[in-house]
Amino acid sequence: MKDLIVGIVALAIGVAAGYMINDKGTQVASLEEENAGLKSQLATSSSAPAAKTGGQTIANVKKKGFVQCGVSQGVPGFSNPDASDNWTGIDVDVCRAVAAAVLGDSTKVKFSPLTAKERFTALQSGEIDILSRNTTWTATRDSALGVNFAGVNYYDGQGFMVRKSLGVKGAMDLAGAAVCTNLGTTTELNVADFFRANNMEYKLVAFEKADEVVAAYDAGRCDVYTTDQSALAAQRIKLSSPDDHMVLPEVISKEPLGPVVRHGDDQWLDVVKWSLYAMLNAEEMGITKTNIGTMMNSDNPSILRFVGKEGDVGKNLGLSADWSANIIKQVGNYGESFERNVGPNTAIKLTRGVNANWKDGGLMYGMPGR
Amino acid sequence: MAEEVIQSQKPSKPLVWNDPTYRALFFQVLVLGGVVSLGYVLISNTLTNLERQGIASGFGFLKGTAGFSILMTLIDYSEEDSYFWAFIVSLLNTLLVAGIGIFFATILGFFIGVCRLSSNWMLSKIAAVYIETLRNIPLLLQIFFWYFGVLRGLPSPGNSINVFDTYFLNIRGLYSPSPIFEDGFSLILWALITGFVATFFISRWARKRQQETGQQFPTFLSSISLVIGLPLIASVVAGFPLSWEYPVLRGFNFTGGFVVIPELVALSLALSLYTASFIAEIVRAGILAISRGQTEASYALGLQAWPTLRLVVIPQALRVIIPPLTNQYLNLTKNSSLAAAIAYPDLVLVFAGTILMQTGQAVEIIAITMGVYLAISLMISAFMNWYNKKMALVES
Ligand SMILES: N[C@@H](CCC(=O)N[C@@H](CS)C(=O)NCC(=O)O)C(=O)O
Repeated sequence: MKDLIVGIVALAIGVAAGYMINDKGTQVASLEEENAGLKSQLATSSSAPAAKTGGQTIANVKKKGFVQCGVSQGVPGFSNPDASDNWTGIDVDVCRAVAAAVLGDSTKVKFSPLTAKERFTALQSGEIDILSRNTTWTATRDSALGVNFAGVNYYDGQGFMVRKSLGVKGAMDLAGAAVCTNLGTTTELNVADFFRANNMEYKLVAFEKADEVVAAYDAGRCDVYTTDQSALAAQRIKLSSPDDHMVLPEVISKEPLGPVVRHGDDQWLDVVKWSLYAMLNAEEMGITKTNIGTMMNSDNPSILRFVGKEGDVGKNLGLSADWSANIIKQVGNYGESFERNVGPNTAIKLTRGVNANWKDGGLMYGMPGR
Repeated sequence: MAEEVIQSQKPSKPLVWNDPTYRALFFQVLVLGGVVSLGYVLISNTLTNLERQGIASGFGFLKGTAGFSILMTLIDYSEEDSYFWAFIVSLLNTLLVAGIGIFFATILGFFIGVCRLSSNWMLSKIAAVYIETLRNIPLLLQIFFWYFGVLRGLPSPGNSINVFDTYFLNIRGLYSPSPIFEDGFSLILWALITGFVATFFISRWARKRQQETGQQFPTFLSSISLVIGLPLIASVVAGFPLSWEYPVLRGFNFTGGFVVIPELVALSLALSLYTASFIAEIVRAGILAISRGQTEASYALGLQAWPTLRLVVIPQALRVIIPPLTNQYLNLTKNSSLAAAIAYPDLVLVFAGTILMQTGQAVEIIAITMGVYLAISLMISAFMNWYNKKMALVES
């Protein structure tokens, strides 16, 4: 009994003390109301301590001298390490572009390989500056996770891969199949929607890491491997005999993949967004890694603005005047990055399709750089 | 006069702030208050920061629709159910694999621990090799070994290993018929319960009689015939009110029946084999802690080796064994969270994995997950403490 009283008294003191420390000034009528309104109360309470993220990231990056970039654990063509831990891929190039823009050196990037499950927590907690890891832009992620999407660097859709020997013609033949995929992805939800909408049975085997998905599918645990079509193309080359497998024609979802930053730091969001646009606009204007030197002496005003000879865009972004010239010099434009990493001459063999520049009928459209 | 002196020498009641009881109380309240206010500051600070960064918070998310499927469910579950229900499903899966693991690890561990002490050179060396290998290889590697080992060894559904068209074994799992209960099945259940109750009383009576008269009663045989015989008679009377649903190959996979998925097999196997190696050492230590004189005395009384172990050594050794054994049970339960690596849908994979990702509410979900593991651990500890007390030597 005595213990109980001690407990209750201590609790009361604790809550009161905590309240006073935390809430100097804001009054609350009753405890219940406090509970219900705690969140909104504290949001307006001026004295509540909180991590300040606005405008901090760029200063931080400049101070530490590199960009911390969250990538996959290895999806060839998108973000993949080689034997000596050099990362390449179109997702990696986004981080390199940002490093070139902010620090003038595209090699000043450190990579954090993340599973699908870990990625947003790593970004929220400030462990990484950019998440550039085949991440789909969705309403829930944009609104509930405290992150902002800075654009799209690959328009994708979810597909299915099966063994040719199964004799499956299309996704509608998959009733009763066992399906392997990664957990914590949009994939996991889309596949549930697809089978439910078509009234088909299925068994979902969801792994944390992509390598285990590939190994289990390869061993025959599943009839189907499902993920973004681009990743299917990339992961397929890891199978023991890639030619025994085929990707079904159906695309069951929209998967716009792009770089993500923390919510609340608008300046950093702008920097990442415009670094991506710079790559798109350069392709549109025909500015490449090889001709950027001669472009410096162009008499076209939009090119002069792009290379920083005219206008104040760099200054307004908090960057040097030659920020976008540095991106192209060191990383290349979007088309170059695409060809180098995932294009027809690589093992991934993706065609531009909807990812062509808008002038060629695709969706890649950079906002005007004036 | 004398009385008066004594009275005045009696210490007067101390002032409240000098009274040790009150002083202790005061400081306890202070410390506890400090801890609680620290907790309060941390929690409200977190809430503020989450709010400021635009991250959703609160426990309302548990009511949301799950929308994803779960590979193995012990209770009914579909995509339309809530996150909370998915949480319960995954919690049951965790409890299942922990239960299976503890059961087999204990049996195997005791067996190997006894073998380790055997006078048979071969047996004791095999046990030693087992212990040294398994407890020195990281558990995650063992899980992968069994998982991909199991997968690699099994045929595709089309080429299943077929036992009498009722059991099928393939890479998707072990399929067996599942029972369908019809009217009158409750009679069999009651017969079974009666069998167990009768067995309980018979063995009590037999023990008492043996203690008093020294006469032994075939308890084992009588129990077996009661527990199996009674339900058998009941089912004949009720006209076999049970039918089976057989698994059939339809399209890619078997449907119907009951399936044990390879993920469960691999995880249970790895957890029990790994933990058994530690339990074996604990058992060995426990037995060695019982002085040799006990065994000799027992032999001198004419008891054979097995009754000596069962009646004299193990009951005493248990007192040494139970506390570290409890630790192993706790380890096994916590290690079961490695399930996510091989897609066994446990609490960590489903709740702290998929649901965390879909809702983004890391703080709440990790707090609940830690709370659940803590609760399971405390429950195991409480049970083992109770058992330990029961096993303690009563010295009278
Ligand atoms: N775009 C989807 C799926 C992204 C995803 O994680 N895909 C897996 C399957 S290929 C992956 O990239 N895994 C690589 C890894 O875990 O390293 C999403 O954002 O949820």
